[in-house]
Amino acid sequence: MEVPAIKLPDKKGYFGRFGGRFVPETLMAALNELEQAYAEASRDREFTKNFQHLLQTYVGRPTALYFASQLTKHLGGAKIYLKREDLAHTGAHKINNALGQALLAKRMGKERVIAETGAGQHGVATATGAALVGLKCEVYMGSEDVKRQALNVFRMRLLGAKVVEVSLGSKTLKDAINEALRDWTTNVRSTHYVMGTVFGPHPFPMIVRDFQSVIGAEAKKQILKAEGRLPDYLIACVGGGSNAMGLFNEFLDDNINIIGVEAGGSGIASGRHAARFAGGSIGVFQGTKSYLLQDDNGNVLGTHSVSAGLDYASVGPEHAFLKESERVRYTYATDDEALAAFDLLAAKEGIIPALESSHAVAEVIKLAPTLPKDKIIIVNLSGRGDKDVQHVARLRGEEL
Amino acid sequence: MSRIAAAFRKCREKNRKAFIAYLMAGDPNLQETKRRVLLLANAGADIIELGVPFSDPLADGPTIQRAAERALSAGVALKDVINLVKEIRAETSIPLVLMTYENPVYKYGEEKFVKDASAAGADGVIIPDLPPEETAGIIKPARAAKLDTIFLVAPTSTSNRAAKIAAASRGFVYYVSLVGITGSKLEIGEELRDHISYLKTCTATPVAAGFGVSSPQDAKQMAQIADGVIVGSAIVKIFNEQPDKAEDFIKQLREAI
Repeated sequence: MEVPAIKLPDKKGYFGRFGGRFVPETLMAALNELEQAYAEASRDREFTKNFQHLLQTYVGRPTALYFASQLTKHLGGAKIYLKREDLAHTGAHKINNALGQALLAKRMGKERVIAETGAGQHGVATATGAALVGLKCEVYMGSEDVKRQALNVFRMRLLGAKVVEVSLGSKTLKDAINEALRDWTTNVRSTHYVMGTVFGPHPFPMIVRDFQSVIGAEAKKQILKAEGRLPDYLIACVGGGSNAMGLFNEFLDDNINIIGVEAGGSGIASGRHAARFAGGSIGVFQGTKSYLLQDDNGNVLGTHSVSAGLDYASVGPEHAFLKESERVRYTYATDDEALAAFDLLAAKEGIIPALESSHAVAEVIKLAPTLPKDKIIIVNLSGRGDKDVQHVARLRGEEL
Repeated sequence: MSRIAAAFRKCREKNRKAFIAYLMAGDPNLQETKRRVLLLANAGADIIELGVPFSDPLADGPTIQRAAERALSAGVALKDVINLVKEIRAETSIPLVLMTYENPVYKYGEEKFVKDASAAGADGVIIPDLPPEETAGIIKPARAAKLDTIFLVAPTSTSNRAAKIAAASRGFVYYVSLVGITGSKLEIGEELRDHISYLKTCTATPVAAGFGVSSPQDAKQMAQIADGVIVGSAIVKIFNEQPDKAEDFIKQLREAI
């Protein structure tokens, strides 16, 4: 007998024992309001039609599924397809969710949106969505990341957003989220918080996954057209985990291998990394229960990754669930492996990937040569690397 | 009757409101925190809230964030705060309430935390990022250990939620007096009055209000509305910046409440 798939999250926002809603009471009404507004919008044909239309004409969807013949030849194993989210407007998958939430905020009658950003891609995407639908926008960004991603800071300002530099704690993504949550707690009546990844209190992990699942839905159609069958492997990098959930969601019930790649930084033993599954334990952080890099007293540890977008102490609760249920295998790539992948893709395919996406490519470099030539891998190329060029040059001792 | 309930009863008998003072445990070190608690008790505070330092205090403004950073650099963790409660309990019977975020408690073990805190002499617990929906692991052991669970009602809570939160609260109900984080600017107006009056119709448990009470003037106004007034950031700030003026400030707050 076939058991019908249970739709997650459950009513309380849980994926198995992960997820939930751990926020100050002040935000509870807003989360309930958001949950209801999202349910209504999803049933509203006008809303979904408009969103689809913008995805097509503004974002440029569907993004291509590209057969990377040179990389395939070079690695000498499985066939490698790249899902080209780097070709989406603003240069990464982040726009899918940011645009959806901007439209939702407008529909809810909010006048202002706020967002956190690490690599700057979600900040740029939110600023873009806000400009398009006519909302005020403020973006919180750690001062370390402001330095690493100067180009994106300038882009956000061009788009009319205010960038607020956060100099607290580790001055990276987690501190930007703390400040964004504090802003939301203060301005909750007028403001929508555009969470950038499948993290935070319910309903965010669900909403962001749903808005991103267009990636996997397209990839499935495209690979069936190109190859007449499903792929054998899916690979995506996992920071908070939105590009990965976006690709994986559509394939979870299919009999294929799925791999998530975390940031291994300088290696797990060094302690300088952001591999939550390899080095973390379960905790409650920024509104949700998931895997977390923390000390014995429950304080959140500093993280390190060459890529700002993966430099985060926790991971989306649905990923924790997929890990525990062993549906997805999680591994990591170090800074050096990611940088080598960054170079290789540029040299072989003429595509400069984001440092985040380079972690996924690094896993392809390890895996593809071990597989026969008739196997198929789809890797999510979640963003383009223009924003990282300056940072990579600096790492190599060149000032641009 | 719990020590917290007794403290509110004593205030009623004396025809005044409860003065609830907050300190970050371990700021700047545990011995100094103990000295400050005893000073507060002598200067007339009715209940003490002891903050547990956490790396990511998302309901707190800059004053308490920095206090937490100082306590963390002194190496203070939840287990040390529980030990501190034990030491303080040996010297005073003033009610002690632990205010901690959920993750240190989750890591420590919710049930073990409740048992150890209660055995050390703590009277209540406030977990600002734990709404009633997520309290399954805390409520049952807390009831068994007679540790008061104090939940927060916010200006944005619907009346239905407010009633439910009040019903789950023991000792007192914590009314968050502004839409925002600790130490923000407070305005005492119609909305605040209406909400607290409504809350009092929901429950016989005392209602104490806090967030943004920064001066004896604020405290006085708040005391006319609520059964207790909670002062946090202002006390943390004066101890940190002008320690010689702290005792006077606390006495003024006491007068006002």
